[in-house]
This record gives sequence, C-alpha cells and structure tokens, in this order.
Amino acid sequence: MTVESTAARKTTRRSAAGKTGSTGSKAAGTTGTRRATAKKTTGGSEPELVQLLTPEGKRVKNAQYDPFVADITDDELRGLYRDMVLTRRFDAEATSLQRQGELGLWASLLGQEAAQIGSGRATREDDYVFPTYREHGVAWCRGVDPTNLLGMFRGVNNGGWDPNSNNFHLYTIVIGSQTLHATGYAMGVAKDGADSAVIAYFGDGASSQGDVAEAFTFSAVYNAPVVFFCQNNQWAISEPTEKQTRVPLYQRAQGFGFPGVRVDGNDVLGCLAVTKWALERARRGEGPTLVEAYTYRMGAHTTSDDPTRYRHDDERVAWEAKDPIARLRSYLESETDTNEGFFAELEAESEALGRRVREVVRAMPDPDHFAIFENVYADGHALVDEERAQFAAYQASFADVDAEEGEER
Amino acid sequence: MTTQTATSASISVPKNMALAKAINESLRKALEADPKVLVMGEDVGKLGGVFRVTDGLQKDFGEDRVIDTPLAESGIVGTAIGLALRGYRPVVEIQFDGFVFPAYDQIVTQLAKMHARSLGKVKLPVVVRIPYGGGIGAVEHHSESPESLFAHVAGLKVVSPSNASDAYWMMQQAIQSDDPVIFFEPKRRYWDKAEVNPDAIPGPLHRARVVREGTDLTLAAYGPMVKLCQEAADAAAEEGRSLEVLDLRSVSPLDFDTIQASVERTRRLIVVHEAPVFFGSGAEIAARITERCFYHLEAPVLRVGGYHAPYPPARLEEEYLPGLDRVLDAVDRSLAY
Repeated sequence: MTVESTAARKTTRRSAAGKTGSTGSKAAGTTGTRRATAKKTTGGSEPELVQLLTPEGKRVKNAQYDPFVADITDDELRGLYRDMVLTRRFDAEATSLQRQGELGLWASLLGQEAAQIGSGRATREDDYVFPTYREHGVAWCRGVDPTNLLGMFRGVNNGGWDPNSNNFHLYTIVIGSQTLHATGYAMGVAKDGADSAVIAYFGDGASSQGDVAEAFTFSAVYNAPVVFFCQNNQWAISEPTEKQTRVPLYQRAQGFGFPGVRVDGNDVLGCLAVTKWALERARRGEGPTLVEAYTYRMGAHTTSDDPTRYRHDDERVAWEAKDPIARLRSYLESETDTNEGFFAELEAESEALGRRVREVVRAMPDPDHFAIFENVYADGHALVDEERAQFAAYQASFADVDAEEGEER
Repeated sequence: MTTQTATSASISVPKNMALAKAINESLRKALEADPKVLVMGEDVGKLGGVFRVTDGLQKDFGEDRVIDTPLAESGIVGTAIGLALRGYRPVVEIQFDGFVFPAYDQIVTQLAKMHARSLGKVKLPVVVRIPYGGGIGAVEHHSESPESLFAHVAGLKVVSPSNASDAYWMMQQAIQSDDPVIFFEPKRRYWDKAEVNPDAIPGPLHRARVVREGTDLTLAAYGPMVKLCQEAADAAAEEGRSLEVLDLRSVSPLDFDTIQASVERTRRLIVVHEAPVFFGSGAEIAARITERCFYHLEAPVLRVGGYHAPYPPARLEEEYLPGLDRVLDAVDRSLAY
C-alpha cells in the first residue's frame, strides 16, 4: 500500500490537479498493477526511490550513491547474499519452532532481508544499533548469536544478550520508544567527541508514535549523529501505511530540518549505499537522516497473526517478483563468476544453521524460579529481598511434604 | 567533554539555606565531581528552572552539561535513557508533577525495566526530579502528588526529602545510585531553610528517620507533610498527647522496619500524605504494618490524604489537602479506640 493509493481512491480530496505519475512502475515499492495511474496529492515532489539493483538483478547507475558501493568486491557481494540467505533460513527455522511449540511467538522478517542486511552491513563496529523486535538480520550483521534472539520468544528471558557486547541494544516491543534512546545515545556520542554513529530501526506503524516525532525533534535540535532507519513494510499488523500517513514517510524529515530518502528496501546494495551515506553524514557532524526502506512484510506480523483477514494474495505475489535474495542471485549469476559450488555450499551452511538453532532452542532450559527477583535493581531493594525470602520459604515448604511423601513410600 | 571553569564552587562549610538552594548546591557538587553528570529539562538553563533550582548551573557548566530541552517530557526521559546507556548520569527535571505523564511510558516501560531486561548488563542511573504537591495556589496540573504511581513500578526507586539537609544529601545519593530514582521535591517547602553540612556523613537513602519521639501514637509522612505532622505533634502536646513523628524519606523502598519499631512502641499509626488516600502509599503501609504489628495495634492504621477527586482549583485546596485539623481529628479518632 502506498500513500498515492490513498489519494487514488479518495477522489473528493483536493488534489494536485492534472498531475499524474506512474509511481508504480518506477517505484519498486508500489504494487504496480493496481495503481499505475495513481494521482499524486502530496503536494511535494514525486516519491523518489533510490535503487541500485532492479528486481531483475540489473545494476542501475546512481551518481549520488554509487560511490558508497563503488569498491565493493564480488566476494563482498556474495557475503551480502550469504547474510540474507542465512537470515532467511534462521527466520524460517524460528517460525517452525513456534509451530512446534518451542517458541511462544515469532516475528518474521521474511521479505525484509535486504533492508536489514544492507543497513546492518553499513554500520561500523563502534556504531550502536537500536532495533525493534524484528531486526534479526541486523542482529546477524552485528554478530549477535541468533539463538540469543530466541530467548524472549521462548519465554525464558526478556532480552537475552549483553547490548554492549555487539553494540546492539535489546529488542524493543513498544514501538518507537527506542528512537529516543538512540537519539540520547547519539547525543552522548557527540558529547564524547567520538565519530561513531547510531542507527535506530522502526517501522511504518511506529512512525505515528509521538516518541518518533520527539526523537526527530531532539536529534535535529542537538544535531545528533543518528540515522533513523524506517522499514516501511506496508503493514502495521492489519493497518496499511495509508492509515499512518498522508505523505511518503521519508518526506517527514524535511519538516524537522534534516534529509530523508526513500530507498528500495528489497535492494541490498541500495540499502547499503544509502545507509553508509547517512552514517557518514552523522560521523561528519551533519546530524540525523531519515531513511525509508520501502519493502514488504511477506509473512504475517507475528505467528499469532492472520493476514488473510486484511490483505490479498495478489499483493504478496507482486512483491515476490521483487524478492531481495532472488535479485542479488540474478546479479551474481550474470555479472560475477559465482559458481554453483558457492550456492551449494551456502545451502549446506543454511541447513547446518537451522539444525543448530533447533538444537539450541530445544535444549534451552527454563529459568531458575528465583530469576524473577534477579536484576530488578542494580543496587538492591528491601522489598525485593523480603519477597524473595518469602518466596524461598514458600518453595521450601514443599520440601517437607516431598520428604514425608518419600518416607511414606 | 568540553572544558568549563566553574565560577562558583559548591559549598564547603555548613550553611543555612532553602530547600531549593540545597538541591541546587547538590547538583553543583555532582556536576563538579563527575563529568558524566548532566542536568536536563525545560528551562533549566538560562532561566535556572521555574523554581530556580538549577540557577546558575548552565553558566558555570555550559550548555553541554546543563541542557535546555525541547518541551517534550517523553523525549527528555527517553533521551536521558540513551545518555545513560552511553555512560552518562542524567538528572532530568520535569517542570511540574502534572507534566510527568507524557514521560510515564518511558519511565515505566523503558527506564524501570531495562536493567532487568538486560539481565543486569546495563544500568540506568537516571534521576527524575519532580516538584510535587500543592499548597501554593497554582493552576491545574501544578499541585499533584503522583508518587504511588511510580512506587507501584518495580525497577524504580522513589524518594522525597522534607528538609534542606535531606534534599542535599538525598540528591547526592540519588545521583550516585545505579538505579533510576524518582526524586519528588516538595515544592511548597522549597523556601524553607535548614542547615546543610557538606561534611556530614549521611544515612542510607532509603532509611526512615524518627524526627520526634513520642509514646501515644505515630505519625508517618514524607516530603511536604513532615512539617505538618511536626506541627500536629506540637499542637497535640499542648493537650498532653505525645506523638511520634517519622520522616519516611523513601516511598520505594519503604522502611517498614523503622515504622514497625515505632508502632510497637506507640501502638497507633496514622499515615499522612497529600496524594489521594485510595491506593496511596498509606494503604500499603497500613496493610503491611497490620501484618507486622497485628498484636501491638490498639487501633486500625488511619490515613489522612487527598480525596478521590481531581486536584481542586486553588481556592479549594485547603479543604482538599491534609491540614492541621484533619491530622488532629485523625489523632482523636485513633486514640478513641
């Protein structure tokens, strides 16, 4: 769903008279077939989409962003491909594990691999990432063990990794909140005089949150080195993007005084280049940037969701033609000397990853009962101590019963 | 860090000062002692805050450390969380009690839980200063006492000083705490003076204190109501009644041991706070002290506080707020059992 499609249906709205745009055909982000003649009512310029790799796997020249991927090697391209394939495999395994009852819930990133791998690989080791709960691909790029992501979905913890080990913050479930944390962190980076950058992930749904607007305001006012990376996957559970905004999301940045750019979120090369550009702006002290990665949530919102209630298969089919992995494969096969062996090895590696994830999750123990009382406070709290002791006494009271029953037997 | 030359150092000898000034001195000392300490909020810079609590700090420590923020409370607390994750120790000011709710989500959902969610890996040393309570004839949303709404949330600590000396030291301790602390400042007592001794050795932050010993009944309060309870004890003394007064100082955690010890002596307890009685801190104290002191109590624990109604217009606040007569009326009722 696009903003333009809203305009197309609502004929009573005041529109930019006479201007029609074939937004669908050029912008890989639109579904194409249904709104090739959508009228544009945003009043601004037509949504421009940065794309370096077409859905068919053809490299497109782009004067502004080509320099950021100019020296990319074939090996690095294969690396991006491997990242996407393994991320997708991990994601599919997690979905299966949920179906098998090993996880309580899973939020699939299917379809968003390019947005996440492209942006994730653009970050430097000292950069800091603030994810939502769906950034499994970014976590992969940051070196977070994928099995660590599963603890919260299995219900053994509420965040199973040390954020400072990989500069990858905990998943944030209440949408948009983390954009403020990223902004504050970036303010701290600037105070320290470091040239690191910070990247905050959020989605089209979160773009409606006040916290996101406040993060835009604070980052602009303090010129904080932060990149706001919005994956517009067209759907916030059941609500299309047109229920969140009347302008293309990237254009919101202008009102806050910093640049916004829309990139084809299924183009890993485009996402890599645009994010590098934005991160380097941040490093140079030029402040925040909003990147809207125009993509599509191919799966359900989570394993608890049923998208058949609110969207049609034809939309998904249209987006399948723009698959991020398929297009890079086409490019690798036609423009590089990547051989069958590479794909075969990757397939084997994929299977091994799936197996490992399966085994680790199934072996993941339930937490100790007393974990309830752990880390509630850093400096301790009298009430927590008292309640822990009460809980211990209560638990211990069963030991006598058990012992008596043992004697009776 | 930017360098700054402080033109005036924090106090080094005991000095009589107003509660607001004591917090100012405490913030100054913290800013001097630790370059990671930041002060942020609306109007805290040039203006020095609407109550002048941060007066002069920006001049001496610069705009990088005493930060005027956009007028967005969620943004203030949310960015403070990010700064804390980066290793800073932000002290944020919420201008008035009634303005904290836009930040409530960041405080409750993010600030309070992040240490636990990280399995103890990250710490959130953020102090949220909130001038609170009524009695100053203010307009709507400027006189509320929302401390229970924060005390109910695990992960937060909630304190409220009643006098200048405690304000100074409790602020020092709150800033040193690795946990988020909601620091409720009794705005109607901002101008009350007391001696602050910068060389004193403070007691634990969350320990209650007996401010007046008595034998017939215990009055327990914190923040602005401690002074009222002392006045009530004075008045009761004229009638030959000996009231003990406790300054609880901390609402989370509550120092039940000190309350229990007092009640075991006096056998009667009245909790006084400005916040509505219903689900207020007095309710929790009553429940727990009843459990702990069931066989000592001569009367049920009574509570004096605000009503279950929106904080009224200023011309009605004297009727709404606990005053001397309402406290003494409760004393009569308790002693009648």
